[in-house]
Amino acid sequence: MSEQPIEVNESFRSKLKKIDARDAKLSMAHLYVAFIALFLGGLAGLLQVLVRSGSFELPWGINYYQVLTVHGVLLGLILTTFFIFGFQTAAMSVAVGTLSSNQRRLGWIGFWVMTIGTAMAAVMVLLNEASVLYTFYAPLQAHWIFYAGLALVVVGSWIAALSEALRWMKWRKDHPKQTTPLLGFMVVCNNLMWFIATIGVATEVLFQLLPWSLGFVDRVDILLSRTLFWSFGHALVYFWLLPAYMIWYAIVPQIIGGRIFSDALARLSFIMFVLFSVPVGLHHQLTEPGVDGSWKFLQVVLTMMVVIPSLLTAFSLFATFELRGRELGGKGIFAWLKKLPWHDVRFFAPFIGMLVFIPGGAGGIVNASYQMNQLIHNTIWVTGHFHLTVATAVMLTFFGATYWLVPHLTGRTLTKEMNKLGIIQTILWALGMGIMSISMHVAGLMGAPRRSSFSDYGGAEIAKTWLSYQIAQAVGGTLLFIAIILFLYIFIKLCWATPKGHEEFPIALVSDHAQETPAILENFKLWIVILVALVLIAYTYPIYDIISNAPLGSKGYKLW
Amino acid sequence: MHFHKYEKYWLTFGVGSLIVFLLITGIMAFHNGSHPPSAKNTINHEKVEQIAPFDKPGVHKVSGKDWDYEVVVLASAFFYNPPVLEVPLGAKVKFIATSKDVVHGFEIAKTNVNMMLEPGYISEFVTTVNKKGEFLIVCNEYCGVGHAQMHSILKVVEPK
Repeated sequence: MSEQPIEVNESFRSKLKKIDARDAKLSMAHLYVAFIALFLGGLAGLLQVLVRSGSFELPWGINYYQVLTVHGVLLGLILTTFFIFGFQTAAMSVAVGTLSSNQRRLGWIGFWVMTIGTAMAAVMVLLNEASVLYTFYAPLQAHWIFYAGLALVVVGSWIAALSEALRWMKWRKDHPKQTTPLLGFMVVCNNLMWFIATIGVATEVLFQLLPWSLGFVDRVDILLSRTLFWSFGHALVYFWLLPAYMIWYAIVPQIIGGRIFSDALARLSFIMFVLFSVPVGLHHQLTEPGVDGSWKFLQVVLTMMVVIPSLLTAFSLFATFELRGRELGGKGIFAWLKKLPWHDVRFFAPFIGMLVFIPGGAGGIVNASYQMNQLIHNTIWVTGHFHLTVATAVMLTFFGATYWLVPHLTGRTLTKEMNKLGIIQTILWALGMGIMSISMHVAGLMGAPRRSSFSDYGGAEIAKTWLSYQIAQAVGGTLLFIAIILFLYIFIKLCWATPKGHEEFPIALVSDHAQETPAILENFKLWIVILVALVLIAYTYPIYDIISNAPLGSKGYKLW
Repeated sequence: MHFHKYEKYWLTFGVGSLIVFLLITGIMAFHNGSHPPSAKNTINHEKVEQIAPFDKPGVHKVSGKDWDYEVVVLASAFFYNPPVLEVPLGAKVKFIATSKDVVHGFEIAKTNVNMMLEPGYISEFVTTVNKKGEFLIVCNEYCGVGHAQMHSILKVVEPK
């Protein structure tokens, strides 16, 4: 028998593959929390752009920075983490295999620990006891319940990550000497990175902020707390990004009817993301005193290594697109692009995300460029930057995935009508974010600071030049809020109203031309050793230096 | 591991650009001395008003140093002391600043003078003021409810 029919069967089988109903329930629970956070956080974002346009004031004396804290915590931490664990649970279950009852139980424990933590932090933010933004920089001091809540979110995520890792390890045990399913490998990479990265922030919260906000200690070392935070903060952005990469690498090729260009290159790029995720945090602290320039520079070099897996990814994805376009009869240098399924939101939304990631990534290089950082540090340019990366590239990919994932989980179908609304939603999002983010970038280059309520800065001339860009941000932000409402409408329809049926969980097969995957890529012991070594090289001396030269610590302040 | 021919070209070009980029950044930093503000002096932030140079915030002409003026700024929620700074055009200026309470920013809008001010640490940056006019100084790190009202002015004037 020739090879061809077998592979067609496999592809066909993957189309019919259905998630276990109990795993589907666990995954859906995460998505509900994620999208409640999306609505509330999006509403906060709308209020912010309206305030900053200068023509709207918050009612009932609500503090702008309380709203900003809601926005950052709910969208940056809660929406992302819950969506990611919801998606990863489903991906594990479908690509690697149904969870065992113990693994599923761990998944539920993780979910509830995260949800309780979220509720604790949310209550403190609503009581205006924690208007410290999602970076919670000391010595601004929030209520201890806020810190405890965030710590629980992290601990819950560790439990969920453990559940997924156990499933993957079980597969490896059952299939010795075989390459593990790509999606499962990617989930394990992301969770490994998340675990190593969160050690820093967990240390900050457990040993510095909690004892200090509880009154057990008077003072806290500010620079140490910031350095621990940022050892986590940059890996956090890769934790958002890698699930989008999972979808780009392992799912989008199936949606367009193509194949994964190379399994080995996909794994290599994930390993590189893991290695260069944590030992790079100082590039967020380039303008800070107390850390020697040479150490900052070393971490800038390590940061820039991310260029390599990014280029690998760009090549692999567009190779997949071109191969498929040509297979469908597309010719010429670019004419094959026309053959791609532009009318299919499952492809269209993540594709727009990929395009936006190009300027997003370029802006990131500017931010991390040592001296150049001084021009844009803490200006609204930075806000514009991560609204391209996380809020567009990542979010559009998550939206696109929701449109097939939710009906797969609920046993319904993505109808033509919902598909069309999804395309409109994608366009609205891209347009709104385009307007908002470009005006943020421009205003930032003109010096406008980030994280600031409306102000005329004492009538300063330069502040007047920022105003028209703030109005543009309000226009963009309003479009974005409309897009959120439309998204939630589609989500609700897919949960409870579209016709019952089978919606595919698309998982692509690897191209016939791809070479075998070297076993070393799955040798996590090796990668963990290298990762830990890199973290120690990049951070041991700076942290030793910070501790040994520490000035008098700071008491807490509540200045809101 | 196998790499496609075009992928090799693409990666060679990409990694080559990266190396050139890092070399330029490195030469700028270590040969031309262009580092972001990274001073390492510490101070007792609770008694900072009694300790030089923050006992006398303001613009001071100095001699025998690599710079002509020292601009000493003490930040606290939600203002800068002094509120107005004046330096002559063309002068080489060292900005010396710190915070008395929480973390603040010190950004001269539309320039590359941009430092974090943290309690206990003295931030420094040396630059030549080569443009005339009034420059807005803003706090660019959230410091509390008055954050957006925290600003001051740097006036660069013709030398007398």
